[in-house]
Amino acid sequence: MNRKIAPPIKDAIEYKLALKPYEYFTLDNGMPVYTIHAGAQEVIQIEMVFYAGNHFEKQKGIAALTNFMLKNGTSKRNAFQLNEAFDYYGAYCNRSCYNETAVLSLHTLTKHLHHLLPVMEEMLTDSIFPQSELEIYQQNAQQRLTLNLQKAEFVAGRLIDSYLYGEQHPYGVYTNPEDIDALTTEACKTFYKDYYLNGKCVLFVSGNLPADLRIQLNNHFGKLGSNNQKIIVPIIETLPAIEKKYRIENDLNAVQGAIRIASPFPNRHHPDFKKVAVLNNLFGGFFGSRLMSNIREDKGYTYGIYSYIHNHIQQSAWVISTEAGKEVCEATIEEIYKEMKTLREKKVEEDELLLVRNYMIGGLLGDLDGPFQIMARWKNIVLNNLDEAYFYDSINEIKTISAEALMELANKYLHPENFYELVVY
Amino acid sequence: MIQFKSFTLQNGLRVLIHEDKSTPMAVVNVLYDVGARDEDPAKTGFAHLFEHLMFGGSKNIPVYDEPLQVAGGENNAFTTNDLTNYYCQLPAENIETALWLESDRMLSLAFSKKSLEVQRKVVCEEFKEHYINKPYGDVWHKLRALIYTTHPYKWMTIGASLQHIEEATIEDVKGFFNKHYTPSNAILVIAGNVETEKTIQLVEKWFGTIPSGEKYNRQLPQEPPQLAPRHLEIKSNVPVDALYKCWHIYARTDNRYYAADLITDILGGGGSSRLFQALVKEKQLFSSIDCYHFGSTDAGLLTIEGKLAKGVNIKEGEKALNIELNKLQQEGISAAELEKVKNKTESAMAFEDMSVMNRAASIAMYELLGDANLMNTELSRYHAVTVEEIIEQSRIIFTENNCSTMYYLSNNQ
Repeated sequence: MNRKIAPPIKDAIEYKLALKPYEYFTLDNGMPVYTIHAGAQEVIQIEMVFYAGNHFEKQKGIAALTNFMLKNGTSKRNAFQLNEAFDYYGAYCNRSCYNETAVLSLHTLTKHLHHLLPVMEEMLTDSIFPQSELEIYQQNAQQRLTLNLQKAEFVAGRLIDSYLYGEQHPYGVYTNPEDIDALTTEACKTFYKDYYLNGKCVLFVSGNLPADLRIQLNNHFGKLGSNNQKIIVPIIETLPAIEKKYRIENDLNAVQGAIRIASPFPNRHHPDFKKVAVLNNLFGGFFGSRLMSNIREDKGYTYGIYSYIHNHIQQSAWVISTEAGKEVCEATIEEIYKEMKTLREKKVEEDELLLVRNYMIGGLLGDLDGPFQIMARWKNIVLNNLDEAYFYDSINEIKTISAEALMELANKYLHPENFYELVVY
Repeated sequence: MIQFKSFTLQNGLRVLIHEDKSTPMAVVNVLYDVGARDEDPAKTGFAHLFEHLMFGGSKNIPVYDEPLQVAGGENNAFTTNDLTNYYCQLPAENIETALWLESDRMLSLAFSKKSLEVQRKVVCEEFKEHYINKPYGDVWHKLRALIYTTHPYKWMTIGASLQHIEEATIEDVKGFFNKHYTPSNAILVIAGNVETEKTIQLVEKWFGTIPSGEKYNRQLPQEPPQLAPRHLEIKSNVPVDALYKCWHIYARTDNRYYAADLITDILGGGGSSRLFQALVKEKQLFSSIDCYHFGSTDAGLLTIEGKLAKGVNIKEGEKALNIELNKLQQEGISAAELEKVKNKTESAMAFEDMSVMNRAASIAMYELLGDANLMNTELSRYHAVTVEEIIEQSRIIFTENNCSTMYYLSNNQ
């Protein structure tokens, strides 16, 4: 046995990856349901995706507040009793609000499902948005905001989004203290009526599904007003900032700076998107990337540095993000640009490219392990108006894209002058 | 029921194999029985720094990450006060790559000076990012020093000071490796789409020839019982006042651990928990409040931490909190409330066990506690806890003399 010689491997790119197909049906009211039945554990996840994100709000913060308050009171149960109804069975009912969509989700042992669906139905038909709950929310939201504004990472995150998309855009908007003060239960009730009671909802259900799932879902959600209307996500123009470079002093005692370098990038429907996913990995997408190898593993400027594409539906951005020692922030930025230049001017070696391909395929194989993960892929495909060809084409790009094509893409996109550059100290 | 086969190699390495044919992946998890508690008080943060150095090349392999990535794998590691755990996941056909990599770094590190230099800097940036450049970042630094007078839990995993990390030498690195990174101080778990018999052969091949080294004999000074309340008041540049109260609880293998664990859920587990309902929702004295413990191997801590609502005096918040603790001690809990937190535990375990990576880590951790099969009996231990035990433990734990309190006050108000 010679320890210097690596054991033989099967190249991950030789794997045939398959995305387990979903089952599809609709409820009596036309609500679409996607299901994946898989997994050894007796657990289930239900995600109710409403078209009720901040694209639809007329006042800042109303979409998020309405989504949050779904669990804060119906005419039959107060917030405590709603929480108790889920907690008693060890279940989790979460709310999350995004740009186009807002989600109400349930995670539970499958055996308890029938106790919990009626509670969700109640939240979706009979929420009352008590004034007292709003006041507590406002007070605590103000405190959270004050606390977050002391964190350079938080400030950097919201500023870079506002440069990329403009503050008037749902992707670039951020909350100020006065926006929290201005929230009202009246506005919530209106939003609830328009986008939940009479909104549009898509259901994603995965895990170990009970045999009568369809009947249970129909009983509780088949009469919801959802899907009565055609809701169309408004297209809102982005308004990117003119000025490209920013240095912001947030905390006089800071020992690190939060660096964000970002450029607008098209959405998943653009032919370059799947190809750039490979280039991004090579550049800064994983631990073995160029940025990480140089800036962390060689220079020790940071604990971690990554690049990624924003997960937005309409318009995206390519972002490089790191926290670096205050005295090495400028040196870090210089190295980021150097790595862009190398990608533009020098073809990646086949060894390194094979590593990236294998790493990405191996990662995908691991990511598809388990019903929730499989459904997450499908959800992404459905909500972005794509089909399964997107999944297989992406894999094909990972396996076959050439070094020349990657260099061309670097020459198309990776120019420092296209990027906003921000450091928050 | 999690099935596995366990055996010990001649050099003392404990090995556990768990088959799961439903996944295309395999996980290799190597746990070393060394954590921050085993450090020299003058060289803290070393176990964690060492974790970084384990990726800086081994005797026969210049870099760890690349061959693993080529094999479609990914990996990470973490260090706690008790242990250091390394794990990688890769397509099951390529499992030998992971065994080759893990066995070589168990055999010997490369002890590269460059790696030490760079990782010292990286860890210093990690220290700054998480513990200095964040409001309340130094809370546990201060709390540990207040609560523990004797036990090495008195410093954080990241280390007591940046200086200790900056001063680490290559000799320190070698000494630490020889003392702790031996087969007899390690547990190897292999999980996923593997054949047990074939895997045993591979393990013998790659790990069997590593010299056993000396078994590290842990003799830590134990924390004496706390006999009087402790207080600390800090003023700092944070936006709101925060209250921290910590009580000593039990070791992880103590029978009373389960009641203490359930008490944290009764008080602080989610939207229907007692403290959230009484203090955030009804009295509105706190904007957030949590109750938790770290599940540490040696006698641990039960902590309640809360951020005060605007304009509320911290003493008023503390008083109201004490009333809630008192209520638990005096009035106890209903059978339904106990059932609720047991259900929560059952559900949390089921979700955790979904991933083969989590299962591998759990097997290793329970084996470290004495027997991997504890993983399968754990739920019944929780189910056995009675209402009476909850009351009894709440009376024993929540006493003034057992408590350390920190006021972390805003100097902006």
